[in-house]
Formats: sequence, C-alpha cells, structure tokens
Amino acid sequence: MLFQYAHALIGFLFGMVFVALQVWVLVRLLSPKVKEPMKDSTYECGEPPVGDAWVRFDMRFYTMALIFLIFEVEAVFLFPWAAVYNKLMAITAGKPGAWFPFIEVFLFVVILAIGLIYVWRKGDMDWVKTTMHGRFDDKHVYHVADDGNPDKKSVA
Amino acid sequence: MTYTIVNHVLDYFELEQGGLWSLIGAIAVWAAPITGFVAIVGLVSIWLERKISAHIQCRLGPMEVGPHGLLQTLADGIKLLGKEDLVPKNADRALFALAPMMVFAATFVSFACIPFSEKAIIADLDIGIFFIAAVGSLEAIGVVMAGWSSNNKWSLFGAVRAATQVVSYEIPLSLALLAGVLCAGSMSLVDISQAQGGWIWSWFIFRNPFMWIMFLIYFIASLAECQRAPFDLPEAESELVSGFHTEYSGMRFAIFFLAEYGKMYVVSAVGVVLFFGGWLSGIPAIDGIGGITGNLIGAGVMITKSFLLVCVQMWIRWTLPRIRLDQVMDLCLKYLLPISLVCLMLIAVWQGLMPTFDEFGIAMIAAMALGFMQMRRIYRKAIEASKTRLSLPTMKV
Repeated sequence: MLFQYAHALIGFLFGMVFVALQVWVLVRLLSPKVKEPMKDSTYECGEPPVGDAWVRFDMRFYTMALIFLIFEVEAVFLFPWAAVYNKLMAITAGKPGAWFPFIEVFLFVVILAIGLIYVWRKGDMDWVKTTMHGRFDDKHVYHVADDGNPDKKSVA
Repeated sequence: MTYTIVNHVLDYFELEQGGLWSLIGAIAVWAAPITGFVAIVGLVSIWLERKISAHIQCRLGPMEVGPHGLLQTLADGIKLLGKEDLVPKNADRALFALAPMMVFAATFVSFACIPFSEKAIIADLDIGIFFIAAVGSLEAIGVVMAGWSSNNKWSLFGAVRAATQVVSYEIPLSLALLAGVLCAGSMSLVDISQAQGGWIWSWFIFRNPFMWIMFLIYFIASLAECQRAPFDLPEAESELVSGFHTEYSGMRFAIFFLAEYGKMYVVSAVGVVLFFGGWLSGIPAIDGIGGITGNLIGAGVMITKSFLLVCVQMWIRWTLPRIRLDQVMDLCLKYLLPISLVCLMLIAVWQGLMPTFDEFGIAMIAAMALGFMQMRRIYRKAIEASKTRLSLPTMKV
C-alpha cells in the first residue's frame, strides 16, 4: 500500500519537472529574447505602476480563513466516521445502542452547528459587515452610526 | 491490495514487484499515458469550450485549422511555445516560477486516484477521495503564490479572491464527498464505484432522496473550486484584467490554462465516481465483461460521462452571469453549508434504516422524471408569457 503513495509523490514531482522542462528548456530554445526595459514593468493598464502591490488587505479574508478552519477540520473528522458507518451500524443493529454511531456524530455536528449559528448571528458571515462606524442595510446603503456627532450624515 | 496498471505491466514482463522496476514503471506511467491524457483532455476541452460558447452565441467558432477547428488548440499551444518568457522586474522570481508548477502538479497528481476502469488506475489509495480533496486545495496555494509574487495589484486581488472562494467552497465540497463515502463505506474510488454495481438505479444519485441535493451542492462547489463562471471572480476579465495570471504570458500562461481544464476533468470524474457509478454503464450485462475488453469499455464509459459533466460546466459558464463576491460567500456559508450538513445527517439516518434498498432508485428516477417534466412545463409557460408581454408594444405600432 505504501508504494501506492510513492506513486502519488512521483506524480507530483513529475508534474513539476514537466512544467520546468517546458518553461526552462523548450521555451528557452524556441523563443526570441529581445531586451527592452518597458517590457519588464508591472502591468497597470498602461500607466507607470504606482507603488508596490505587497500591501495589507482586507481583514474579512482572515475571518473567512478562520471559519474555514473550523468547518474543514469538522469535515476531516467526519471522513473516518463515514468510511466505517455502515459496518458500525451493522454491528450494533438490534442491540440496545443501535443508533449509537449516528447519535454520537449527530451531537458532534450539532455542537458545530451552534458555532455556525453564533458566527452567523455575530455577522461574520456577511461579506458586507456591520462596522463600528455604521452598517449596510439590505439594499447596500451605508448608514453612519448615530453617536451624536453632527458632522456624520447617512451616505448612499 | 488492488493491482494497478504498473503491477499488471510488471507481471506481464515477469519482473519483480516493488523493486527498481516498479519505480521505473511508475515514472513511465506518469510520463507517457497520463501526461498524454492530460494534454489531450486540455486540448479537447479548450476546443469544446470554444465550440460550445460559439454555438450558444450563434457563431461557428474555430473552423480553419483541422476539421471543425479541432487542431486550433494545438496551433495555439505551438504559438505559445514560441513566445518570449517574460518575468516582471518587480516580481518575486522564485515564487513566480514555482507557481505554475505548483498549480499544474496539484492537478496532475489528482489523476493518480481517478479510476478509468476497474484495473486502469495508477494508485488505488485507500483514502482516495480524501487525497483528491487535499491536493485540490494545494492548487489554491499555487494561485496565491502566482498572485502575490507578480507584485501586481490585479494579481493580488485575484489571488486573494481565489483563496477565499476555494477555501470556503472546500467545506460544502467535502461534505458532499462525505455523502458518497457514507453510502459506499469506503474512501477508495474503486470501492465507491463498485458499490454502485447493478442496474442504473443502484447509482448513488438515486440511492436516497437527499443524494441528488448533495450532487447539486457538489457540482456548484466544484464550479467554484475550478473558478469557473458564475464563480470566475479570481479572473474576472471585466474588472481584474485577468486576475492572478495577469503577469503570466507564453508557456507559463498556457500551463495555468492546462491545469484549469485538467481540474475541470478531475472534479467531473470525481462527481461521476461518487454519484453516477464511475465506469459502470448501469447495465449488468455490459459491466460483467471482464478482461481487457471490459476495462476498455469501462474507460470509455467513464471518460464519456466525465466529458458530459465538463460540457454541463461549459454550458453553465456561457449561460449565467458572474455573481458578486458577497453573493458568492452568502451562497456558500448561508445556503450550501447548512443544507449539506442537514442532508449529510439525513443520509446517515437513511443508511441506518435501509442500507441496501437499491430498488428505491426506480422510484427516485420516476420522481425525478416527473419533477423535470413539471419544471419544463412551468418554464415553457414563463417563456410563452414573456413572448406575449414582449409582442404587445409591436402590436400597438
């Protein structure tokens, strides 16, 4: 069985070598090479690029990554259960704990579902999220929070 | 342990199993048939995509190179080989070079576990489905590498979007995979296919009333995994130039495309194995044929079914408009995730109550046919209604 995994590793390495051969050998042999400084500049719609692209990006992407971690780990835990579920049910059939394999995992899923409901209620699943400074309504109109400051107005 | 292609070849030449010859055999199998198959899948899919899009838009598509433009993709590939290899000055060169390799290798290695027929499989891993899900996410790392290393704002946006989307849809996708594993009681793709032996109603999609919902979830999630329309935000042409591969040109760009179309085949093949009986044709007399003939028929059936699903993916791409990022996230987390969790639990209950009730599939097929006819009737009515509505102003004139 271990050799089967070696197969997969060989496939992965072979895929990388295949690309490397094409890009570094075949293309280098066949393609022209003309030096021109403007060619190597970053594409920004024909304008000279402004600054660097290695910047900080939106916090919401990290929230999504966290939600992913919770539920993907759940799925990973469910895989071995799913693989043996039929056998377990056959073993326990007709005995006092007949539905034990199901109830156990059902509780596991329910606990995670509570987490899901919590995240949902907290608003972390909304891509357009309520913030400290205001909120978006159903029609994606932004309302600034009324904190007594007369300078802030509702903006569409 | 299941015998795979390499073992059979070694047996044929009376060579020792598990030694140096096995290693050479494994490399040879990857080098010739699989690379060739991936290349052919890429060429045929790109040609199909062009033809389908053209016919949907009342055009002809490529017609010049070869019969009905069949060799057009090959010509394009040769053209891309002759293009200059450009790396932007500000890019992170090492990551920039590694990204296409990562994306391609991740798709390529998924072919290891995909059975073409009972014996024609490279590596029959006992955790096949799990392995495919795992290396499927490796591709997202390659995409993020590509976007980040390009040092281009379009690429960065595309990469971050791709990562979020792939990562989020991984959850309903895994739960849909679990449904198949639950019904078959195994994670090996060969075992899952064999569990659907018999007549067509033994296929898992007809197994219980929730499987077809799971299939729809799997299909939607796999569209998002492949970054296909309507989930093609990472490479949205109208807003992000071409997303994470904006800075890639020539052969490196072609590699990304080959990987994308390879991935389309992979997700379709996994869908076929999980829900549509894999290489089984649904007629016991045909599936009973063993030996080389049986395996060849199986491979034909498997590839045909997979390409049918690939065609549906293309059809959807040229029918539906792209959706917004917040809609993508809402669809995944607020609809697909709860529905798939509930369905998974219901499937478990069904499996506990009647694990081997294959004849239920006949009722399922009848119900699905009735539902389809009803939907068709409603659809026809809506079209008629819109026709009369549209023709009113012209009648006034």
